[in-house]
Amino acid sequence: MIEGAPLELLGVGKSFLVDGSEIQALANVSFSVAPGEFVSIVGPSGCGKSTLLRLVAGLEFPDTGEVLFDRTRVAGPSLRRGIVFQDHRLFPWLTVEANVAVGLLKSAGPEEQKRDIACRFIALVGLEGFENAYPHQLSGGMAQRAAIARSLAARPQILLLDEPLGALDSLTRGQMQAELLRIWQHEAVTMLMVTHDAAEAVFLSDRIVVMDRKPGRVRDIVDVGLAKPRDRHDPGVVALTEQLIDRLETAVR
Amino acid sequence: MMRGTARSQVDWRSLALPAACVLLWVAASATGWWNPNILVPPKQLAAGFIDATRNIDFWLAAGSSVMRLGIGWMIGSLAGVLLGIIAGCSPLAERFVAPSLNSVRQVALFAWIPLLTAWFGDGDTAKVILIAVAAFFPAALNTEIGCREAPAALIEVGRVFEFSYLARVRRIVLPSARPSIAAGLQIALTSAWIGTIGAEYLIDQGDGLGVFLASARMDNRMDVVLVCIVALGLIGYLLSTLLRVSFAKGAPLRGAVLADD
Repeated sequence: MIEGAPLELLGVGKSFLVDGSEIQALANVSFSVAPGEFVSIVGPSGCGKSTLLRLVAGLEFPDTGEVLFDRTRVAGPSLRRGIVFQDHRLFPWLTVEANVAVGLLKSAGPEEQKRDIACRFIALVGLEGFENAYPHQLSGGMAQRAAIARSLAARPQILLLDEPLGALDSLTRGQMQAELLRIWQHEAVTMLMVTHDAAEAVFLSDRIVVMDRKPGRVRDIVDVGLAKPRDRHDPGVVALTEQLIDRLETAVR
Repeated sequence: MMRGTARSQVDWRSLALPAACVLLWVAASATGWWNPNILVPPKQLAAGFIDATRNIDFWLAAGSSVMRLGIGWMIGSLAGVLLGIIAGCSPLAERFVAPSLNSVRQVALFAWIPLLTAWFGDGDTAKVILIAVAAFFPAALNTEIGCREAPAALIEVGRVFEFSYLARVRRIVLPSARPSIAAGLQIALTSAWIGTIGAEYLIDQGDGLGVFLASARMDNRMDVVLVCIVALGLIGYLLSTLLRVSFAKGAPLRGAVLADD
């Protein structure tokens, strides 16, 4: 068992005002993520999965219920909870290395050491040789790798991933899923990922939280229980993926 | 950054209009269609240019105008950028200063001259202040807009990485606003150059191209007047190009991001 901080959501509810009327985005959402676990949240669009992640990141706050990280209520953003957005959100005026170093701004130590750390994470995501490139010179997949490196450089205990591969083509996506798995194993960091891709969730996750919409709520939590790394063509993986897709389709109806 | 190679070549079509004007001018002078005392013939203008380049007073006048422009532009731009940053970063400050700024901005630039000369006399102080006022507003406005429109998505990145308020301004807001600030400084320079010549011409004391222009008009030397106008255009164009090139050189802003805050 890896030592670390558990994440717990207890009866979380959140609503927004849209054009004067209140929209319930999340209702009574409860689940927990153990240290070192890889958990995915899947659900139809509009089920509040991104909102859920923003609550865990501390970018927004629940109306009801509690988000507890390391048994403490989440009161705002923290370097202990990193987040990778769907759009990479790199600073366009900084090189890849300087962007990754943004994750190290708050950490102590001499500049030389920070450079080394930044370069180590650039290597970890497979971007060696692109240290001096600017974001506009990178492909979508490469930019997303740099964004992951930036978040990891801050040494978070949990990494929140908001459809990080959603904007990528299917080939790059497959490669990035394998990379993500490798990074998760290598860094032993807890990961909570939002995705709408059932196969991606089954390939990567220990557990999958299936959500319903209107209002967004937990419908099911699936224990994957297959050894990693998984073969996408393994009958168990395929069967579970199909089962998941069926559940998602009934959730939409 | 990698574009712009094609743009450095002159597009000959842009010269068609000036060429047509010159042709018309040559024709009008040659046929005696227009009074040569009002519209100087090309030959006389060419002679005037040669005279001017030999005239040390002309160069001194141009030099002191550019000097005045530089000082006034720097003071006005600096004040404008600072106020723009404050107003652009703080909605509260914006609410305090924006209405006043927008009202004062409506006052025609040269309407300040009677007030400024009454307060500061006919010397350089009043002129430099007027030039600074001319530079101030474009610098302040563009800076404020640039800062206010820093992308919310990037501001959020700053929150996620626990940036302090100052770090957010320095590392996210200012770099985002940089193109807008550069444009503001560019417009401020043009505006300040207009202010420089206007102040010199209207106050009509001391030295400078504006004074040179005013006395040429008094002496009824239309050739000198035209030489001055061409010189004003050329100097303005040169300074503006110089500024643009120096901004482009420093384009990829590389802050020492590895440093601690």
